[in-house]
Amino acid sequence: MKKKKRLTLLQKRSISGYMFILPWLIGFIVFYVRSLIMTSQFAFSKLSVDTVGGGFTLENVGWENFHYAFRVHASFKQVLTTSVLNMLIDVPLIIFFSLFIAMLLNRKFPGRAIVRAIFFLPVILNSGAIQAAMDLSATMMAGGISDQAAEVAASAAGTLAFDIDYLMDMFVSLGIPATLLDYIVQAVGRINDIISASGVQIVIFIAALQSIPSSMYEVAKIEGATGYETFWKVTFPMVMPHIITNVVYTIVDSFTQSDVVDLAYDVAFNQFNYGLSSVFSLVSTIITCIILVVICGIIQKRTFYYN
Amino acid sequence: MEKIKKIRAYLQDPYETKILFNDIKNLFVTIVRIAIIVGVSYVILSPLIGMFVNAISSTKDAYNPMVFVIPEFPTLERFQLAFTRLDYLPTMARDLAYTITTTLVQLLICSMVGYGFARFEFPFKKFLFACVVVMIVIPTHTIMLPLYLTFRSFDPLGLMTLIKGAPLNLMGTVAPMYIMSFLGCGVRSGLYIYIFNQFFRGLPKEIEEAAFVDGCGTWYTYFGIMLRNAMPAVITVTVFSIVWQFNDTFYAKLFLISENVVISKKVSSLQATIANLDKVLDPNIQELYLDAGILLVILPIIIIYLLLQKNFIEGVERSGIVG
Repeated sequence: MKKKKRLTLLQKRSISGYMFILPWLIGFIVFYVRSLIMTSQFAFSKLSVDTVGGGFTLENVGWENFHYAFRVHASFKQVLTTSVLNMLIDVPLIIFFSLFIAMLLNRKFPGRAIVRAIFFLPVILNSGAIQAAMDLSATMMAGGISDQAAEVAASAAGTLAFDIDYLMDMFVSLGIPATLLDYIVQAVGRINDIISASGVQIVIFIAALQSIPSSMYEVAKIEGATGYETFWKVTFPMVMPHIITNVVYTIVDSFTQSDVVDLAYDVAFNQFNYGLSSVFSLVSTIITCIILVVICGIIQKRTFYYN
Repeated sequence: MEKIKKIRAYLQDPYETKILFNDIKNLFVTIVRIAIIVGVSYVILSPLIGMFVNAISSTKDAYNPMVFVIPEFPTLERFQLAFTRLDYLPTMARDLAYTITTTLVQLLICSMVGYGFARFEFPFKKFLFACVVVMIVIPTHTIMLPLYLTFRSFDPLGLMTLIKGAPLNLMGTVAPMYIMSFLGCGVRSGLYIYIFNQFFRGLPKEIEEAAFVDGCGTWYTYFGIMLRNAMPAVITVTVFSIVWQFNDTFYAKLFLISENVVISKKVSSLQATIANLDKVLDPNIQELYLDAGILLVILPIIIIYLLLQKNFIEGVERSGIVG
């Protein structure tokens, strides 16, 4: 009697399922799980890389690296807080700006294809080396490139452009809180950064807007809703789930491009203090995760799921 | 007189007035919308325009404060020198070959993994998919040190020591990037897996059932049928992957990939090269060469994007990148 155990169809399917995800599974375990464990291990030890063999030795030093990062290191705390604050300021701005632009672009108008192509350009141009050089050339747009010309342009701008301080005074005496005003002025000042950071978000929101069934708008119109009401009662609840996607994307993206990463890289590969660098990475990752969980929790509570 | 009377009668009719007001309102909204679109487009394009202007202006124009946007004596000399100093054609060819092959690997692996998650039931599926999300969320710099050490002495399961007697040092080569892409952990692979997963979940199950009834194996069903139906997702991921791989400086820095392969690394040292080799001593003039170099570097990416852009936006809308 040959007694060969035959697999059921379901088991076969699950095996081929594992076959499909196998490469990723190996990669995830080797590069992510292992690396995360190693990073947390490095954070508690002094690491020295052998110059010849390519191996490394670890020496357990307990919490010393953390002490050093928070008590002794000159700029870590400062860089970390500015990065976190910048991110918290940017996220709502980027989300609302990209939602607004997506709604503008979602309508049909002549030349829409060209405008969409332009609005996604920042994603393409968003590279470290290129970005720095482009910032430089953006400041030089003012006319000519010599310092002298820049000075002339600056003095000319002073006389020609309207007086922003006067406008600010006006708003403050109108009773608008100064902090809000500061926030808005800052936002306008950083319009360049915000636009260049919201390329992907605009695309996601356009996709989200396209997925809203048009019958909803028809109903709203028949019931006599104004454009304002339609936005808050139909459009906004329907794109709410995608706001979470965008918030996650924005936070992660702004953290990977923040100064903390540069600092961690610099400490590791220019000063060869690997343990300290691990502490920087670990602390900033934990803070990112906490922020992500808190913000997503808050939004999730208010989110309306259509299906 | 007749006319004024007519207009007065027209204005006194409440229905006509309402239409008139609506028209005015609509006109106003359109003007504001056009203003915003043009304004934001200008903000996006201005650095590009500025760079182009800088790149074609001659030294005379550079020192002339009266020149604004349109140079008096345009020249192509900046492009020529940047072209030579970047060693443009060979470097760009190498970089594009590297970018496109990694993109192909990413496409293959990520679509497979996305399909596996979308269509098969297996134990721990939910947990493993949560791991994909974790991969998207965790910033890469958290794992940069272990990655560096892993590839500095690359020794999978002790195989290298067995064959060559010593672990392999892969720093300075492009091998780490290929290995990571093959194992589904390349530049933003998690996001691509997510996109493919969403797309495959949206495809009708009947296609596969028909294939199964007709005697298709799992792999043929995947490569012959499903992947061909996933074109929108494939194009979306292709554009993202090419752009991000080409612009990536993080991994290029981490793995010390040679600047002869990664051209965006080479352009960052262009200014110094031109200053030292060509004795261009004024930093303002050096900037002009740098601008020309940057324009040369982003040119192929812009061309690829413009070719794929129509399909790309449609692909994003259809592929449910949003979940």
